[in-house]
Amino acid sequence: MSDTTAHAEPELVQLLTPEGEFTAHPDYPLDVGADEIRDLYRDLVLVRRVDSEAVSLQRQGELGLWASLLGQEAAQIGSGRALRDGDMAFPSYREHGVAWCRGIEPKELLGMFRGVTNGGWDPHEHGFHLYTIVIGSQALHATGYAMGVQRDGAVGEDGTAVIAYFGDGATSQGDTNEAFNFASVNNAPVVFFCQNNQWAISEPLERQARVPIYRRASGFGFPGVRVDGNDVLACLAVTRAALANAREGNGPTLIEAFTYRMGAHTTNDDPTRYRATAELEEWKAKDPILRLRRHLEREGLADEEFFASVDAEADAIGERVRAECRALPDPEPLDIFHEVYAEPNVHIDQQRSEFAEYLASFEDAGVEGGR
Amino acid sequence: MGTNLTIGKAINAGLRAAMEHDPKVLVMGEDVGRLGGVFRVTDGLHKDFGADRVIDTPLAESGIVGTAIGMALRGYRPVVEIQFDGFFFPAANQTFTQLAKMRRRSAGKLSVPVVMRIPYGGGIGAVEHHSESPEAYFTHTAGLRVVTVANPEDAYWMIQQAIRSDDPVIFLEPKRRYYEKAEVDTTASIAEATPMGAARIARPGTDATLLAYGPMVKTALQAAEADTDHSIEVVDVRSLAPVDYPTIVDSVKRTGRLVVAHEAPLSGGPGAEIAARVTEECFYHLESPVIRVAAFDTPYPQSRLEEHYLPDLDRVLDGVDRAFAF
Repeated sequence: MSDTTAHAEPELVQLLTPEGEFTAHPDYPLDVGADEIRDLYRDLVLVRRVDSEAVSLQRQGELGLWASLLGQEAAQIGSGRALRDGDMAFPSYREHGVAWCRGIEPKELLGMFRGVTNGGWDPHEHGFHLYTIVIGSQALHATGYAMGVQRDGAVGEDGTAVIAYFGDGATSQGDTNEAFNFASVNNAPVVFFCQNNQWAISEPLERQARVPIYRRASGFGFPGVRVDGNDVLACLAVTRAALANAREGNGPTLIEAFTYRMGAHTTNDDPTRYRATAELEEWKAKDPILRLRRHLEREGLADEEFFASVDAEADAIGERVRAECRALPDPEPLDIFHEVYAEPNVHIDQQRSEFAEYLASFEDAGVEGGR
Repeated sequence: MGTNLTIGKAINAGLRAAMEHDPKVLVMGEDVGRLGGVFRVTDGLHKDFGADRVIDTPLAESGIVGTAIGMALRGYRPVVEIQFDGFFFPAANQTFTQLAKMRRRSAGKLSVPVVMRIPYGGGIGAVEHHSESPEAYFTHTAGLRVVTVANPEDAYWMIQQAIRSDDPVIFLEPKRRYYEKAEVDTTASIAEATPMGAARIARPGTDATLLAYGPMVKTALQAAEADTDHSIEVVDVRSLAPVDYPTIVDSVKRTGRLVVAHEAPLSGGPGAEIAARVTEECFYHLESPVIRVAAFDTPYPQSRLEEHYLPDLDRVLDGVDRAFAF
């Protein structure tokens, strides 16, 4: 088979080199102050700590599973901080950094992976939909939500923008491609933010796509851009521009954030079975946190005291996350029957009362119910 | 001579035997190649049979089933893996409108011998969409055969029988039982194996028939052991479409009582259909109504509640008690 990917190396929007050197981009001017850059650094460090604590908690049996965002912090913080309060994000299940930006408490995420909720937060309150596990489904939800925004007339400089998060694997799904098309023909105010982390569990990108992902957009009739997903400033600038376009009625954009899944797919996965460690080493040199730290240092925007204070804050949040996770109460057994329907339902009501009686029979007998 | 195999390894060995037997047999799905599947059921096949016969597909279930249909039309026998029960649904259109109906639509000119392997059921502490029991959707669709396994012996032979079947087969694998071990005589002949469509008496008894399949067979056997007051016959249904009613009806006529246990929700579940049919055929032999022990009519709950949601040993025994209390 001929290699159809052998085009010239695609252009990558990058504002910060891995060494932390800033270069302005003509299409993506970025107006950020030193405070804001320091805040971004803090975000990156803290979400990485929340993530690594979650991995440890899974190892200790406190979580059933965890999907680590290690390596993808800049893509998520950059894009997440580009959102405004009234905007709406539709995540997959790895968007812990975006969740952080939307004010979701880490314990809410942990609760889902611990198995005490299916996603406990209020999506409307946070402008952050529930995690969606069936790959690609949420791209259509984001598009439909954006079509609603259009019909509400919430378009213009103060309008609402919608963003859909998904990965490289999801670009193979019909739902994702249908979302591209619906967004295009409706000129919907939605940004498709694809974190291309190079791996869909064990399958490398070439099993999903023979052309760079951002080029898909042109076939659907809207712009696509590839951004350095480990460069938080570039992700912020590119996402801000795409959201502004959506907001002002100029339709969708596909952003491909070129990054790398530094960890396993989930805590159940063992990447040593299918990928070379050399690849991991190569990406370690492009680490998103290291890069921003180098930038802050070389520009004199932060001193040792600042870095130490962020590290101390990370330690504190780590401790808090551990304690909050362990304190999450198990739901009551009868919670199984809650919130299945809006209206009362005879089947559910009957089964709930029968099960309550059944559980009570163990209490009467003075034994523990269930296994 | 027996080989000690887990259910997972027995399916792997069965796939290997089928691929050696027939060069038209292919394996395809997400992560089935180099990784060997998330449950390692296809472990080693990619290495030994190559990427043309063990295909790591793009992440698209509709694409997997749709292209498997196309391959089958070209004379291949694809065995597709759907990674988890809850990920089947994007492939529902291809399965229900195309795979199931191709033979009838073509007046028998076309055959689509696709096997769809799906790890199903709960009890593994997973997140949403990884613990479901969707068998009733399949059994309600004419044109599909639906089978499930409860032990390594059946796992080894039934996957091979499913692959040799000219009908599309939904092959449901009880994921929480993947690591159950037993001796399997892999040197026997497939012709001597119990037919894929037959139910099997897993434990003979005289007072009541307890029917189960897949992950619940082990629980049913434990319940039969635990009930020292009665002699419980356990029947492993094995084939959910079609169901081997002669074996079931014969058992119920002998025992006079039937309890059906499954992980799928109660209403419209396989137990409902079996109860109706047994009532029709055994009415004058029944000492009690047919009792169903099933999951509730709710979405599969968050994992911290699954021990309450899934019918366990106590719930099955409670069902047996109700049959005797009538």
